[in-house]
Amino acid sequence: MTPPRPPDADLRSRVENFLYAEAALLDAWQLEDWLALLTEDARYHVPSNDQPDTNPAETLFMIADDIHRLRARVARLQDRSAHAEFPHSRTRRMISNVRIVAQTGVEFDVEANFLVCHFRREGRQRDYVGRYRYRLRRTGESFLIARREAVLDAWELGQLGSVSFIL
Amino acid sequence: MPVRSEQAHSALVIDDAATQDFRVHRSVLVDPAILERERRAVFDVCWLYAGHESEIPQPGDFRTRSVAGRPILFSRDSQGRARVFLNTCRHRGATVCRESQGNARLYFCFYHGWSYNRDGELVGVPGADAYPAGFDKKAHGLAEPPRTESYRGFVFVNFDASAMPLDEYLAGAKEYIDLVLDQSPSGEMEIIRGTQDYDIKANWKLLVENSFDDYHLLTTHKTWLDYLRKSGVEMKPPEQGHLLPTHGVGKALGNGHAVIDNVNFRGRPVARWIPIYGEQAKPEIERLRAELVARLGEARAARVADTNRNLVIFPNLVINDGSSVTVRTFHPVSADLMRVRAWALGPRDETPAARAVRLDSFLTFYGPGGFATPDDVEALEAVQAGISATWREVPWSVMTRGIAKPGEQLNTDELHLRAFWKQWDRLMNGARPGP
Repeated sequence: MTPPRPPDADLRSRVENFLYAEAALLDAWQLEDWLALLTEDARYHVPSNDQPDTNPAETLFMIADDIHRLRARVARLQDRSAHAEFPHSRTRRMISNVRIVAQTGVEFDVEANFLVCHFRREGRQRDYVGRYRYRLRRTGESFLIARREAVLDAWELGQLGSVSFIL
Repeated sequence: MPVRSEQAHSALVIDDAATQDFRVHRSVLVDPAILERERRAVFDVCWLYAGHESEIPQPGDFRTRSVAGRPILFSRDSQGRARVFLNTCRHRGATVCRESQGNARLYFCFYHGWSYNRDGELVGVPGADAYPAGFDKKAHGLAEPPRTESYRGFVFVNFDASAMPLDEYLAGAKEYIDLVLDQSPSGEMEIIRGTQDYDIKANWKLLVENSFDDYHLLTTHKTWLDYLRKSGVEMKPPEQGHLLPTHGVGKALGNGHAVIDNVNFRGRPVARWIPIYGEQAKPEIERLRAELVARLGEARAARVADTNRNLVIFPNLVINDGSSVTVRTFHPVSADLMRVRAWALGPRDETPAARAVRLDSFLTFYGPGGFATPDDVEALEAVQAGISATWREVPWSVMTRGIAKPGEQLNTDELHLRAFWKQWDRLMNGARPGP
């Protein structure tokens, strides 16, 4: 008989399921479906490597999208003329160490580690390593993404070159 | 063992006015022996950008970076002067500062414990009594490049002690730096924190070309142009003889510096509003515009706010004043790999609202996550992949756009690229910068 699970483990398990499902959509390039996971006030940030803990109104980021810019980013990535991602790269996302670090009403702040392997033709592989900072908003049994920040661990972007896909 | 160049004795750049021919030999983008010659003939005689005064506001502030392959310590000394030191201990040579930025009272070499003060003077030698009487601490301060000079906040170094003064070297580029700085009510601009530091697997000179080549805009940046159009930015059909929505010219500025100078259509944080900035930003942009007019007069305000410029300061500094202002410098790691460092530049004392527009606008185009730069990187890497093993069979790149036209050259012509390559070729043939 399985012992009853404490409520926080159950919540974390649901958060993990959500993050794995999101990763699967991104790896499959189902970007329109991915957009549907975002709130109207969603933000997607990738800070500069040397300023991981700042805000994009006063610091130069690499990516600081609101929902309009994100929709434009997705439209761009689906165009054959988004040359850096054409032909589409193959990606594989590993997400681990998922932690719920704060809860306010229906919102949860979640952190997780990531390894995103990014493959282009001719053996070009880039491994993006870092952590996610999410703000998830509960909607019924699932969540929507209100904030999604991908913070890279490397001191410089260096050999990773670009962040040309949804990290 | 020195690498022998396969192309050592014949012309690398063909510039023949009589036959209207201009070609660049592709070996110059591939051959490690040519890179070794460049390090001496180009990087060791030209003024090279080291950093901006605003990065080190207080005594003891420092940044470490690499310039022309040398690790440098860009710092403010006890007298408040911007200094550049070679980041190598006078004892055994270890780097004396291993952090990327910070504030230091002393630069301490952990290997044997020698330490240097903010002025680069050797102030600490453990067990100094073991050195002979003739050992002079004063003669063992941190070394500096032979020359360090600055122009309006931009600090440059030169590894040639007899180089012409920076002010003279910059020649016509000064007018364009001044135009950038005229955006600021105080006349001062600052590097905004956040560094974009990335590699491109391509020869460094390809980024020189790319940084002010408007011919590639329509195809390489189609998705960016689509984004502007869909966002409601007005783009008129090109006039006769043009490829882009507005008129723009290419100009040589002396000593290999060159610029493209365009009538703006892409918006400017100072001060031409486009719908991408959002309705809420309109009053701030209008206020900035009014400030410009009051300070500079209508004509100069229009020059500052209604044109954008991509400036190359020979050999490897780019100041692009377009969707925002970016300062970008890059150095070869090997013939087919460069390290790029890029920053955003904004007026000192800019309002938070204007700063937010500037940074957001930056990201629409520039940088590793922008809507344009990743495709530039892809283009440069595609060039490198295309030429690296084929240059013997397909040795020349043609660079003659506009060459037959008398007078004005467009931003989509290649006069400005030719200006770079002519200077490069002069220096590689033993000339020094100057008339």
